[in-house]
Amino acid sequence: MTAPARVLVTKIGFDGHDRGSRIVAAYLRDAGMEVVYTGPWQETADVVALATQEDVDVIGISSLATDHLLLPDLMSALRDNGLGHVQVVVGGIVPDQDVQDLRSAGVAAIFHPGSTREQIVDEIARLAEEARAAA
Amino acid sequence: MADTVSPPDGLLQRLLAGQTIALAKSITAVENDTPQAAELLAGIQPHLGRALVVGFTGPPGAGKSTLVNALIVELRRRERSVGVVAVDPSSPLTGGAILGDRIRMSEHTRDPGVFVRSLAARGHLGGLSPMAARVIDVMDAAGRDVVIVETVGAGQSEVEIAEIADIRVVICAPGLGDDVQAIKAGILEIADILVVNKADLPLAERTVSQLKGMLSLREAGMAEVPVLSTTATNGEGVIALADAVETRAGTLSGGAVGPEERAARALRRVRRLLADAAAQRVRRLIREDSGVNVDDLCTQVQRGELGVNVAAAQLLQRLKEPE
Ligand SMILES: Nc1nc2c(ncn2[C@@H]2O[C@H](COP(=O)(O)OP(=O)(O)OP(=O)(O)O)[C@@H](O)[C@H]2O)c(=O)[nH]1
Ligand SMILES: [Mg+2]
Repeated sequence: MTAPARVLVTKIGFDGHDRGSRIVAAYLRDAGMEVVYTGPWQETADVVALATQEDVDVIGISSLATDHLLLPDLMSALRDNGLGHVQVVVGGIVPDQDVQDLRSAGVAAIFHPGSTREQIVDEIARLAEEARAAA
Repeated sequence: MADTVSPPDGLLQRLLAGQTIALAKSITAVENDTPQAAELLAGIQPHLGRALVVGFTGPPGAGKSTLVNALIVELRRRERSVGVVAVDPSSPLTGGAILGDRIRMSEHTRDPGVFVRSLAARGHLGGLSPMAARVIDVMDAAGRDVVIVETVGAGQSEVEIAEIADIRVVICAPGLGDDVQAIKAGILEIADILVVNKADLPLAERTVSQLKGMLSLREAGMAEVPVLSTTATNGEGVIALADAVETRAGTLSGGAVGPEERAARALRRVRRLLADAAAQRVRRLIREDSGVNVDDLCTQVQRGELGVNVAAAQLLQRLKEPE
């Protein structure tokens, strides 16, 4: 399929700093992807509605502080709403002890600080293809 | 109407039933022109023309998305279901895009009566306007009462999209410098309703009178174009905008679209669709220089021996009677 990957870039939780997600959104656009950008403070139900309406392949969540703890909840909400094929990635600071929990909740990739542009773009492009194939 | 074969997973039926996921998947299908798309588009044809399609266009930053958001509030109060097609430009280099219009509409994210879809403008075979027309049709088929299309009013393709709409709202804002200039350059002609947004800003009244002055220069006999002021950020003037839209649509609050108007709308849109598709074909034939020889015509036009309109007429004649 030649259609560009569609990625939702958003922020959940209470933290409002969206610099990181803006940068990632620009990376993805420059790599030829279509990025739906929503800004911070989205709740789980918002992310589900956004991903449904926009029919995205990948959801990129920017996480600071403890925001990532909301992810297992989001993952099951996505599955419950027919979005099990959508790949979810997280960027930000995720403490080592939480990584395994996120992985087993189904989070496909975690980009820690220091991840390169190339790593982020390549991984999201790959996951988008996977999501399309599974849709 | 002939029976149409429905896609294997019953997508058409689920779309016609108004199911949200089916609407989203159907839009993707027509946007990407998947094998399913043709069947889907054929299947929805008999169900089109119910939605009122409202185009919102204007210069970057005029407040289109914020105003769409405010209008949705009012439309929901009037118990209309709403679909929004928000078009943003793509990078001509990479084809990528950041689609950010819906940031301004986040208060409606979880309302099942509001469905917002962001579209990237370029990279679509056959151009944006036919593709946007199909997305609008899919929203119509899903039973959305009002479909709002937001485009940046800058280029020809945006004007074309605005032409798909039943009602065209052109938005500008004071203090954008050359915004009135931009409107002069083509979109004023297509406006059914003009809005000066950001009425809270100092120069708003001046912009209103500038626009009224420009409108007074139009030919007599053309439909009257109301000039409204809004402050999208606090909702001021938005009830008047909703009234103007519904008045223009001939459907006063609570009224339903009659069957004749419905059929007329659908036919108008099919006509445009057909025009686009035919133009596309002709363009390809000429550009790729296949099927019909145009070299001699080009040469004659270039030498000044033949007017371009005459040459075009001869060209169409040749297409009619292939050599
Ligand atoms: N003062 C004032 N600001 C407004 C008003 N409406 C919108 N804005 C602000 O104008 C900026 C642009 O608003 P948008 O709604 O994104 O404008 P737009 O026309 O959709 O922009 P593009 O989609 O990028 O072309 C935002 O910062 C809004 O908050 C208004 O009525 N008054
Ligand atoms: Mg906008």
